[in-house]
Amino acid sequence: MAVSSSSHEDVHNPALLHHFATEEQQRDASNLGMWIFLGTEVMFFGGLFCAYLIYRLLYFPDFAAASRTIDAALGGTNTAVLICSSLTVVLAIWGAQTARRGVMIGCLILTMVFGLAFLGIKGVEYKQKFDEHHVPGPSFNFENVPVPGHPDQMANPRHAQIFFSLYFIMTGLHALHMIVGLGIFTWLLWAAWKGRFTPEYHTPLEVGGLYWHFVDIVWIYLFPLLYLIDRH
Amino acid sequence: MSDHSKSSPLVTYFAVWAALLVGTFLTYEAAKLDLGKFNAAVALTIATTKALLVALFFMHLRQASEKLLKLVVISTIFFLFILLALSMADYGTRYFPNSHLWS
Repeated sequence: MAVSSSSHEDVHNPALLHHFATEEQQRDASNLGMWIFLGTEVMFFGGLFCAYLIYRLLYFPDFAAASRTIDAALGGTNTAVLICSSLTVVLAIWGAQTARRGVMIGCLILTMVFGLAFLGIKGVEYKQKFDEHHVPGPSFNFENVPVPGHPDQMANPRHAQIFFSLYFIMTGLHALHMIVGLGIFTWLLWAAWKGRFTPEYHTPLEVGGLYWHFVDIVWIYLFPLLYLIDRH
Repeated sequence: MSDHSKSSPLVTYFAVWAALLVGTFLTYEAAKLDLGKFNAAVALTIATTKALLVALFFMHLRQASEKLLKLVVISTIFFLFILLALSMADYGTRYFPNSHLWS
């Protein structure tokens, strides 16, 4: 990719900032910066996953009863939607690398459509939870819900409320990352439309893509952990 | 990212995409089986495999040549492990009267 020479004199790419020797070095620095940011994001979400792990081990039967009330088909659909959006991200970058403007712009739009679809399905899911009074707070109601495998044993509503608190915080924080991602991709689409990205320079696409894939990975873990506890 | 062939990345991308969709289907179906304590292990194994596929092929970690980048990724996983392992070493050895673990 880096066909540029290493001397400053004959650099033509206006995207190359003066404090970098080569385009490749600039690109590596940008990518490294995003990976470090993603490292802090892993620790950010890691605290929530840790809280989830502790309470799941303590109150497993209640977590299983609460998890069963969530629509796993909607969660599974959303997983597939996000996986498709990750594919369109790499296809958009491939379009930029091979100077296929239509592929790049089309795939960026598709990525955002998938992202919006994800948030829409998430909204349907949240609405169900509000209707069922499964949102933690004064109106929370989880009385007389049997524990899976023990029809005579009722789940403890206070423990179920902990599950739903974690469910809303974790999926909510993930959804917030999706909204930020949509903002980033709006800008990427605008820049791509303006012709800012070439086979030599498309680092913003790669860096934005890294962020999008990371959000996808978080969901890959959230889906089985929140939606699929003790479904048999 | 210095691959010279232009058609091969597309094959990889679509293969990884298909594998991810199959993995999602497998997680969904495996959750319906009664595997006892192994349900969680199966779910996490599939999820980690999917996460690795995304990181290695979509995020191009496989082609990463920079040692600094590898250091960042490995230390991230290492510190996540410390967070989870030390917390569990604490909570796992405490007495909780209301937990089913102790009933």
